[in-house]
Amino acid sequence: MTSSRLRGALITAVTWVLVLMFFFPVAWMVFTAFKPEHQAATSPPTFAPDLTLDRFGAVFDRDMLPYLINSFSASLGSTLLVLALAIPAAYALSIRPVTNVRDALFFFISTRFMPVAASIIPVYLLLQSVGGLDNITWLTILYVGVNLPIAVWMMRSFLAEVPREVIEAAQLDGARLGTEIFRVVLPIVLPGVAAAGLICFIFAWNEFFLANLLTAQVARPTPPFLTSFVDGRGQFLAVLSAAATVAIVPVVLAGWIAQKQLVRGLAMGAIK
Amino acid sequence: MKLTRTARRQAAPAGIAAVALALTLTACAGAGGGGNSGAAGSDGGPVELTLATVNNPQMKDMEELKSAFEEDHPDITVNFIQMEENDLRDAVTKDVATDGGQYDIVTVGSYEVPIWAQNGWLTDLSGDLESDADYDVDDLFEPVKNALTVDDSLYAVPFYGESSMLMYNKELLDEAGVTMPEHPTWQEVADIAREVNSDDVDGICLRGKPGWGEVFAPLTTVVNTFGGAWYDAEWNAQVDQPEFEEAVQFYVDLVADAGEADPVSTGFTECLNNVSQGRSAMWVDATVAAGLLEDPESSQVAGKMGYAHAPVVETEESGWLWSWNLAIPETTQNRDAAVEFVKWATSKEYHQLVGTELGWSRVPPGARNSTYEIPEYEEAAAAFAPITRDIMLAVDPEQPGVAPQSWTGIQYVTIPEFQDLGNQVSQDLADVFAGRSELGPVLDRAQDLAQDAGDAQK
Repeated sequence: MTSSRLRGALITAVTWVLVLMFFFPVAWMVFTAFKPEHQAATSPPTFAPDLTLDRFGAVFDRDMLPYLINSFSASLGSTLLVLALAIPAAYALSIRPVTNVRDALFFFISTRFMPVAASIIPVYLLLQSVGGLDNITWLTILYVGVNLPIAVWMMRSFLAEVPREVIEAAQLDGARLGTEIFRVVLPIVLPGVAAAGLICFIFAWNEFFLANLLTAQVARPTPPFLTSFVDGRGQFLAVLSAAATVAIVPVVLAGWIAQKQLVRGLAMGAIK
Repeated sequence: MKLTRTARRQAAPAGIAAVALALTLTACAGAGGGGNSGAAGSDGGPVELTLATVNNPQMKDMEELKSAFEEDHPDITVNFIQMEENDLRDAVTKDVATDGGQYDIVTVGSYEVPIWAQNGWLTDLSGDLESDADYDVDDLFEPVKNALTVDDSLYAVPFYGESSMLMYNKELLDEAGVTMPEHPTWQEVADIAREVNSDDVDGICLRGKPGWGEVFAPLTTVVNTFGGAWYDAEWNAQVDQPEFEEAVQFYVDLVADAGEADPVSTGFTECLNNVSQGRSAMWVDATVAAGLLEDPESSQVAGKMGYAHAPVVETEESGWLWSWNLAIPETTQNRDAAVEFVKWATSKEYHQLVGTELGWSRVPPGARNSTYEIPEYEEAAAAFAPITRDIMLAVDPEQPGVAPQSWTGIQYVTIPEFQDLGNQVSQDLADVFAGRSELGPVLDRAQDLAQDAGDAQK
């Protein structure tokens, strides 16, 4: 075997090991979800448990669907809003740059410098004063604010890769700005849009801190619902695993559907 | 660069469509249900109560049985929001402190009730409960009730109470040829633990997980019975006193010699798993654990366990006292309906309902004396109910240690600063368990932290 082949095989093997290391906890969680509660935390671990769907039954007995709907509304709604705002913003920061691009970019990312915990009391009081507590629309708006800087930065880097010649050619052909954005540039950076959208969707879907403190019942999304299975005086690992397994299904599906675009958008750059 | 008029026209539809779709998706308040918007009851209309609670078995049972209450009160609906214990503290503290008004009923631990009552966050329930002879407020366990009383006013009622005790695997102790007295000392327990300890079985399981409510629940009871305390009666920190250090050193050494392999990751649930699988011979923890250990469906040691009072040194008892309680925030708009539900959920009739509908072993323990006089409950919980009752009535939250104290509470100090103090010191203690730090410097720092918190009370 030549040394380059050997190196290739080694890289493949290391890649598989890394993939399995990342995937194993998720696989173990799914496996645990099918165990009876008393076999979920044994030492040594039980590899041949009495498989059961009881724990999933316990999850849906708690009526998980409204929590999933709330998460879906907030995640999809905020992602669409973020993309609607981030694409023009990124356009104005890369392809047709406004003045002080660096300052604008720094401003965007600086909004992520402060931990959310530091701003929760003012946010809470503001929402309270406008009747926005336990309201999915307001939670969605907050998620837009949280994810917008990331999307702007991501979209800017994708847009920066678009060959100027393509844009100039479109302009020479008489394309107006709207045509230039929606019919020339966006199709080129679609993998980037998919990547930014999925990242924002995942971040919103998994967000716990704001969801726990700003919702009570009506607008409560899935993450705080999951932790409610933690029982300080009992065994809960199997039922928690079952709830978490259900909770990751939408994100896994979204990732599966956008897989091709995502790999291009995240690994190779939007337009290569 | 400004957009041209044409460009704006072209760009607008996509953006508007996205925003419209997003807002349509989120235009409703949420999918979780009707929420808190029901009439306040003052106009006689329907009332929707929101109850924020920990997710423990007793509250799950209460949710299962709430339909019985709703059938008797057709104008009241009760919605349960279950949260992890610390999430609940965060959410409810923020809500009541800022007059959020999201919750009509909250479950509050016995540590928080006096603090929140003094802050004016909870409604006084004394009048509502005392005026109802059927409710029989005097039937509530006296030590538990005292812990929930501020200036002769009762601000919460227990739906579940617990102390701590020693649970031991009789089979394993018999094999080692040792017997456990009913009132053991810590030295006796330590000797037995070291005797029984082997490669396959830990002699004892004791919590080491950081957190004021984790390791410091059992450890503070050990400090108390060794003659130590967090503070004296004048709020001078006592962490640097020899009794405190002796107790903590004893606890750390016992875990190192005969305890679980990974104490820093071990809390109630981990010890429950260890003991129920026969991998630990003894365990000092919440009395409620006995019911779980005696459940043959989830425990391999059901019927093999023995129970004794929590080990002592200088005091006669060393059990802790904890209760989860129902309280009504001042901010509720539905106080009358909330009181009705709280009374129902903590009544004698409710205990009968749990017994007949769900099984007698599931009746909430540690709240009412009369529960322990129900023949079916006595039979179902024969292994641990009598000793649980004895311990709960014997502990003294006014003075659990050898010296008088300025607060009511056994395994915690009832000041707001204690959560942070206990959390910080327990984090440092984790390094001692892991062999990365010496106890002396950790307690020196703890003394400074404790004194800062104590100074705030002077």
